[in-house]
Amino acid sequence: MAHSGISVLFEGTNFMRLLGGLWVTVKIAAVALIFGIILGIILGVLRTFKNRPLRVVLRLYLEFFRVVPTVVLLFLFYYILPRQMNFNLPADQLATLVFVLWVGAEMSDIVRGALISVPRHQIESGKAIGLNRFQLYRYVLIPQSLTLEIPATINLATRVIKTTSILLLISVMDVINIGQQIIEANNHTYPTGVFWVYGLIFLFYFLIDYPLSWWAKRLEKRRLEKANG
Amino acid sequence: MADKVLEVAHLEKFYGKKHVLHDINFSVDQGEVVTLLGPSGSGKSTLIRCLNGLETYQKGTITFEGQKIVPTEKNWQQLRQKIGMVFQSYDLFPNLTVMDNILLGPTKVQKQDKQAARQEAERLLASVELSDYANAYPRELSGGQAQRVAIVRALALHPDFMLFDEVTASLDPEMVRGVLNIIEGLADQDNMTMIVVTHEMNFAKQIADRVLFLQDGEILEQTSSKQFFSNPQTSRAKEFLDSMDF
Repeated sequence: MAHSGISVLFEGTNFMRLLGGLWVTVKIAAVALIFGIILGIILGVLRTFKNRPLRVVLRLYLEFFRVVPTVVLLFLFYYILPRQMNFNLPADQLATLVFVLWVGAEMSDIVRGALISVPRHQIESGKAIGLNRFQLYRYVLIPQSLTLEIPATINLATRVIKTTSILLLISVMDVINIGQQIIEANNHTYPTGVFWVYGLIFLFYFLIDYPLSWWAKRLEKRRLEKANG
Repeated sequence: MADKVLEVAHLEKFYGKKHVLHDINFSVDQGEVVTLLGPSGSGKSTLIRCLNGLETYQKGTITFEGQKIVPTEKNWQQLRQKIGMVFQSYDLFPNLTVMDNILLGPTKVQKQDKQAARQEAERLLASVELSDYANAYPRELSGGQAQRVAIVRALALHPDFMLFDEVTASLDPEMVRGVLNIIEGLADQDNMTMIVVTHEMNFAKQIADRVLFLQDGEILEQTSSKQFFSNPQTSRAKEFLDSMDF
């Protein structure tokens, strides 16, 4: 037992490298969520308008990003777009862009669903005091839809964080990719290293995602308690 | 001759093929209280909602304060500051306090000075005996209290004309009186011009100068309140009055 597998984590700079990879993962997920949510709110509001062509276009956009697997989206943007359209970005920025577009699409559906479930008479009483469309959304509809949106949005965030694990496929140096490198480099000295490295990665993801999903559940429960008096 | 505040001429409305308002003609004078009576489904609510642009109409004209209304959403949005409306469902905005509910119109739509608007809102709240609830949220109010706030919210815009659409229909009986008293006060003391849709016959009798009796989307009778309640002209109006327990 000269080499216990767990030591692989503390060999050289391995642990710091894994943390660095985790930082890349978190950064991409965070930026994608921030900009994706902003995009999604704008698109979600637009999707409640009566303008038909606009609705059709946004619906197609949503369905495209929802139906096509995220891996395929990544490959599409990573391999095909650069060649066809001369559109070149470093892998991590490109991954962020794809995730922003994906989050924007999913978020637009959450926002639209919440907005149209605000009761109709709220819209009418808003109109009856002379609010214009912008004011109606700003002061009445959007604030009331938020409590409906938050749990679904947090769930989306946990999905986005998990999905970053496919970024190694386009060579982003995220936590999985670095873990893979450490495993391969230490295969001979630490045959059980794979277990420990993936164990640690599991722990990282769990520590980020579990509190989020717990928070979403709690908010949803509170909302229901409030709604049912 | 009092000034005509509102004039409706040859108004027609269809829902698809269903003809819901037939050739509606009437006018309302300054300071006059008109009640719309009729069985459920007779088109009262549809008619009153047309007067605030919440329903579209296919033919006819509405003239307000001498101006023929061009029924675009933008025009209606301007007019709604002068034509206040209160609905059956006490529909305060649950995300705002009572005070913010009231201030939304005056400060955001009319861009009134915040301090002045707040003073006016406090005065109006006091007039409906709800001063203590300025910072409460709507869910903390009873139905009757919420409806009184909804009336105050409409009045805060200083409308020239008020529409009340069955404002007591979903209230508990003991709450009804308080709300009706406020409407009576508006009619008597403030000389507000208004159209009231109601099922409260005693209230209608007491408050109305004139009655429009609707059935199946048509105005069957248009007469003074006194005449309508003591001596209705049509057999349908007689049946309607007999069916109402008051």
